[in-house]
Amino acid sequence: MAATHAPTTPPDLREPPGQAPPRRRRVGVRAPWWFVVPAISIYLFIVVVPSANGALFSFTDWNGLRPDWSFVGLDNFAAVFSDRTALDALVNTLTLAAAATIVQNVVGLLLALGVNSLVKSRYVFRVIFFAPVVLTPLVAGYVWSFLLSPNGAVNDALRAVGLGALAHDWLGDPDTALYAIVLEIVWQFSGYSMVIYLAGLQAIPAEVLEAATIDGAGAWSKFRRVVLPLLNGAVVINVMLCLIGGLKQFDQVMAMTGGGPGTATETISTAIYKSAFSLGDFPFSIALAVVMTVVIAVLAAVQFRLTQRKSF
Amino acid sequence: MHSRYTWRTLAREVSLILLALAFLVPLVGLLNVSLKPQDSQTGALAFAFPPTLDNYAQAWSQASLGAALANSFLITSVSVVLIIALASMAAYPLARVTRRWSRYTFYLVIGGLLIPGQLALLPLYATMRDLGLLGSLWSVILINVGQQIPFSVFLYTMFLRELPLDYEEAALLDGCGPLRSFVSVVFPLLRPVTGTVVILNAVGIWNEFFTPLLYLGGSDNTTAPVAIYGFVSQYVSQWPLIFAGLVISVIPILVVYFALQKHIIKGFAGGLKG
Repeated sequence: MAATHAPTTPPDLREPPGQAPPRRRRVGVRAPWWFVVPAISIYLFIVVVPSANGALFSFTDWNGLRPDWSFVGLDNFAAVFSDRTALDALVNTLTLAAAATIVQNVVGLLLALGVNSLVKSRYVFRVIFFAPVVLTPLVAGYVWSFLLSPNGAVNDALRAVGLGALAHDWLGDPDTALYAIVLEIVWQFSGYSMVIYLAGLQAIPAEVLEAATIDGAGAWSKFRRVVLPLLNGAVVINVMLCLIGGLKQFDQVMAMTGGGPGTATETISTAIYKSAFSLGDFPFSIALAVVMTVVIAVLAAVQFRLTQRKSF
Repeated sequence: MHSRYTWRTLAREVSLILLALAFLVPLVGLLNVSLKPQDSQTGALAFAFPPTLDNYAQAWSQASLGAALANSFLITSVSVVLIIALASMAAYPLARVTRRWSRYTFYLVIGGLLIPGQLALLPLYATMRDLGLLGSLWSVILINVGQQIPFSVFLYTMFLRELPLDYEEAALLDGCGPLRSFVSVVFPLLRPVTGTVVILNAVGIWNEFFTPLLYLGGSDNTTAPVAIYGFVSQYVSQWPLIFAGLVISVIPILVVYFALQKHIIKGFAGGLKG
């Protein structure tokens, strides 16, 4: 690490940069404290202060226009938890995030194992599987809403392989609409999981795998007992990214269903947007955002602890 | 892993080829439908003959995509330049100074990684409205920069902590002040992580829909995704026309992707190892 100072002097008493303080271990390289000021200012202005205000206003009747507001206790939260749409949105969001996380990680890992082998076109495969990741999510959502429409490519494919009985209006049916969106998410972001798993796989030393082979491990037990434990870091990152992305889901829902049919695909993000900007109910919208923040924080903490302790 | 190309590898190759073709269906369908006559009712993969570019001309003018793409380009480039400058500067003392204020500031910054933007949404919206910034590109740029500070500072700080002090010491002995030493010695050494920061932020900001929808929606100053959103709701189910608009809006990002795919894939994978 850098020069070690005794942490006794408060920061604002430091000499201006350029004059070296008396005690230091090495030549006096110093990083001026004011370098953090521009970034911290804009971060405070855009993130910290409005987030703190959001948390505060969730206990008030602040409607965004009047400067005066008063505390209403837990009324806004009571409103959220007795509102059908908000509760549906909560359940939908958790379902979508869980389903997308599981499927995307399985697909991503399989793709990574596939392109990490000796197959001839492995570089082409990487480029193809990753391409949807950079596509605008809103645009990808529109493309899929076309593919999933009653006469779209998905139904055509089902009819072509003799599964015409399964063909229906995927996005118009409340029972399938949410999973149709999960399908889009998996198509779009499996390539992202793939490159993270691929980096993990490539970091596994060849000797470790050779040793396992010499010890008589088969392909499956090599994967289960050697590869998977060594991929733990990649799993943690991938699950965290998928989960947080899924919990914030907005773009694809707006493109594919707009939250419908009914409330079948309403997510927390779309409900926050609609209650604030279609219905003008700021207190409700803010309370829902606080609920969302708590859900994300709790799930991130749980996930982190679980994956840290898990021994495969 | 395996050292020879066996029949197993061949089976794997064939299944990957089939999967890759399936992955490409949406992209091929997007392009194909955009080339069809507007009254066409054929499927996504039924090729149109002769293909027509009429949809492109109409989508370009009716969705004002030229102006929207210019705005997207402006917002993305200004935001990314500001993020690089501010985040790399801030990371320098956060990585080099071991005092308490530096540690706590770092925690404050990375704490932002867990806070969803929705929490700040309405207070920030009210502030921007009071400042008269609704409909201005600056509102979106400021928000992009503020929201991307945590992740970018985190990446820079982690990288700097691994970077030996030798170069800065040499610069100091040669009489460089801290600012000069940062600009001409430290910053160039940060190039790998700067690449990652540029790629992740540029792709994210270019594709962003929610913030520009909120701050620019309804104004004349939209970005490509917001223009597309308005365009699609206006021409519901006129798929060939809609798809031409979609293609125009994603051409820039896809061209950049296919030109720089190696760097971009590496950027996405590299940003997450820290």
